[in-house]
Amino acid sequence: MPASDTATLPICTGDDVVRLRQLVRTRALEIRLSLVDQTKLVTAASELARNTLVHGGSGSAVVETVEKGGRRGVRAAFVDSGPGIPDLDLAMTAGWTSGGGLGLGLSGAKRLVDEFDIDTEVGRGTSVTVVKWAR
Amino acid sequence: MSPSVPILRLADALLVSIQVDLQDDDVMALQEELAQKIVDTSARGVIIDISAVDIVDSFIGRMFSSIAALSRVLDAETVVVGMRPAVAITLVELGLSLDGVRTALDLEKGLAILARLTRARRPLDEDDPGYDSEDLGDPVPSGS
Repeated sequence: MPASDTATLPICTGDDVVRLRQLVRTRALEIRLSLVDQTKLVTAASELARNTLVHGGSGSAVVETVEKGGRRGVRAAFVDSGPGIPDLDLAMTAGWTSGGGLGLGLSGAKRLVDEFDIDTEVGRGTSVTVVKWAR
Repeated sequence: MSPSVPILRLADALLVSIQVDLQDDDVMALQEELAQKIVDTSARGVIIDISAVDIVDSFIGRMFSSIAALSRVLDAETVVVGMRPAVAITLVELGLSLDGVRTALDLEKGLAILARLTRARRPLDEDDPGYDSEDLGDPVPSGS
């Protein structure tokens, strides 16, 4: 899966979340995702970037174009060194929230993308990687 | 302050047209500014035009519900207009239900909803100050 045009953005402020959304949209346009798929991917990226900022304290996002079996896709990885998620099953439950939000961030983002991987360790941080493939 | 989102007065309604990609702090500021404007102008309705908005995530979706609840407490109605089809599809898949938020396809239809709601309540407000504004779902014939 050769990666090209990899870009890394810090996620430290609300403006960074806006920049991340714009970068993901640009990549989605480049590989000609349909309008609905673009919207789903950018929305998922927005939820995950906010998680990185709010729950992780801050972190970074890596966005790149990927290819597999002749299909192109956009992969976005969100990494923080925050407190981690003690109960991942609970955190992935729609409607469950650690506070403030609607509890749709993780479970909602997962529904909006084609691939979703999460790696978390209490005290070490969380990393979430998503991919959306062009049809 | 959120200078990026002007709040315009349109008859007895306020029109909020979101034209730029808002960060979360701007969204919170807009909500506060709108509450103040509703009180300052005695607005009876709020229209939020999102025809230029390309994504609605859970944070902005929650803002719509908050503004709807907030304006109801301040005796105004809220209608969100102009949602793009791709945004609607994504919202449903995300699981966001926009509780308590009225929607209309475009500004014109949104204004029509507001006109109907405010026409319905005005004579009642005048005749009966103790009228409970809870029950305004259906148009009430007025002025005749």
